[in-house]
Amino acid sequence: METQVMVSDVWKSFDNGRIEVLKGVSLMVPNGEIVALCGTSGCGKSTLLNVISGLEEVDRGDVSVGGYDVVRESTRVDLLRHHIGYVFQFHHLMPDLTLEENCMVPVIAAGGNRAHALERLAELAEATGVAHRLKQRVRELSGGERQRGALVRSLMNDPELLLCDEPTGALDEKNREKVFELLIELVRSRGRTLVMATHDLELARRCDRMIKMRDGRMEGEIH
Amino acid sequence: MIFTNLRRHRVRTVIGAAGIALGVATMLSVVGLLGGAVKMFERILRSDAEMVVFEKNVSDLFFSNVPVTLVEELHAQPFVKEARPVLFAIISSPDRPIITCFGIQASDGRLRKGEWLKGNANLFADGGRGVVLGERAADFVKIQEDGMVELGQERYPVAGIVRMENGFENGGVFMPLATSQESFHKEGVCSVVTVALAAGHESAEVKHWMAEHHPRLTALENEEFSRSYSQFKIMKTTAWVVGGCAFLLGGLSVTNTMILSVFGRIKELAIARVCGFSKGQIARMIFGESLLVSTIGTFAGWALSALGLQLLRALPQLQGYIEPRIGWMEIAGAMGLAALTALGGAMYPAWYASNLKPAQALRFE
Repeated sequence: METQVMVSDVWKSFDNGRIEVLKGVSLMVPNGEIVALCGTSGCGKSTLLNVISGLEEVDRGDVSVGGYDVVRESTRVDLLRHHIGYVFQFHHLMPDLTLEENCMVPVIAAGGNRAHALERLAELAEATGVAHRLKQRVRELSGGERQRGALVRSLMNDPELLLCDEPTGALDEKNREKVFELLIELVRSRGRTLVMATHDLELARRCDRMIKMRDGRMEGEIH
Repeated sequence: MIFTNLRRHRVRTVIGAAGIALGVATMLSVVGLLGGAVKMFERILRSDAEMVVFEKNVSDLFFSNVPVTLVEELHAQPFVKEARPVLFAIISSPDRPIITCFGIQASDGRLRKGEWLKGNANLFADGGRGVVLGERAADFVKIQEDGMVELGQERYPVAGIVRMENGFENGGVFMPLATSQESFHKEGVCSVVTVALAAGHESAEVKHWMAEHHPRLTALENEEFSRSYSQFKIMKTTAWVVGGCAFLLGGLSVTNTMILSVFGRIKELAIARVCGFSKGQIARMIFGESLLVSTIGTFAGWALSALGLQLLRALPQLQGYIEPRIGWMEIAGAMGLAALTALGGAMYPAWYASNLKPAQALRFE
């Protein structure tokens, strides 16, 4: 099976090296796998996701996604446009725009075909249950709808890899379950790869692999 | 995205556009007013002629001394159809310290163009002392019961009152040339000689002849004169400088608006980066927003200045004195400056926005 994500001996610190967040982390995720990164707050899960997406530069080590080195700016932009989808704990949708307008942002960035994108949006919105809310402004949506909207946005350019940082962390139990199920189903049905940071062990256990992180290091993994 | 962003922040957009609108309105109004004044003055000089002859290196035409004998010399040339002397001077009346006085020959066509309200053109004679008052001048110069008017140290009979289209002429006094020369101690000279060319002849012939026979004088086509006359140059430069300053203020308003716009949506910009926007796309978006704000402002300013000038034109006190006019050159200039202002004002915000670190920006509270 081809490798989707390759992280080799990555070190990352903040505040001029005073705060070390990742200490020699290595990770290999093959295509189509669903991986959960677990650990307490501050263990480096989110930073690792940011490093994989190229949003954070590494101090040392190598990171590649789909065989492309993420260190180069042009590669990073291309990967974010066509290869990587990102979902945050907080939806980070633009509140004054409609859900549809929000979901079109990645399409605009990639210079995609609008008509084709609208078809895809309709399909994804139907699958996530927000089709009837597309014309609503984000401020008028519920928390669950917003997060499902963020999920739709992340999938608009049909990315190979989905990175999710506590995607259900801000939701109540009912919505948490719904969004998680949806996420897994969308990823599996499309044969995509998912790397998800979560401190919810119950959700993590339902993934193909669960990797435990502690103090910036990989502590172990459960298949 | 650009339209959407501006629509989302309407108040900010309006404030930014208002800054540019005021800049554009100030520039177009000042340029329009002064340009109009210059045009009016040009028309006084031009009358029916294509060229003006005056003394070289004088700061103002009031100081130009051209011998009247030149008129006869010019008439003798085959390339000249008509040459007319005009003496410009400033005269006072008991109620009005400054009145423009035009010393002209009775045969000068300009009085015939006016609408005679009293008297007629035949009463204005080269040998006489009768003066013709412009309609507005007749309002503020007291005509005595015996039909005389006091101008400077002298009293002159009023030969007529005429309504002139040009405000300077309508507020001025026309005097027979010889009388004006005597009154202003300029015997034998005038300020300018206007020259109408004979059919088939070129202005170069007049210039050549003047350079050969009267090197102390210069002959310019009306267009050249407008470009080179220092008073006009000062007026036009002043207009553009004042307008430019107004634009600078407008530019600061755009910068301020765009900085607020960027700082107010740092997370959004970060998300745009996460969604695949490149640094260049972010910068283009900010420049685009700024240009759109500036375009809205330019059109609003244009409308504002057009309305303002229209109102000024309707003011009875200014009628005829200025002919506010906004030409396409002025509009193009204002648009160009507005675009430059927008681009300049957006430089720092665009740089800041495109260099945001998305991961850090998303942690920003």
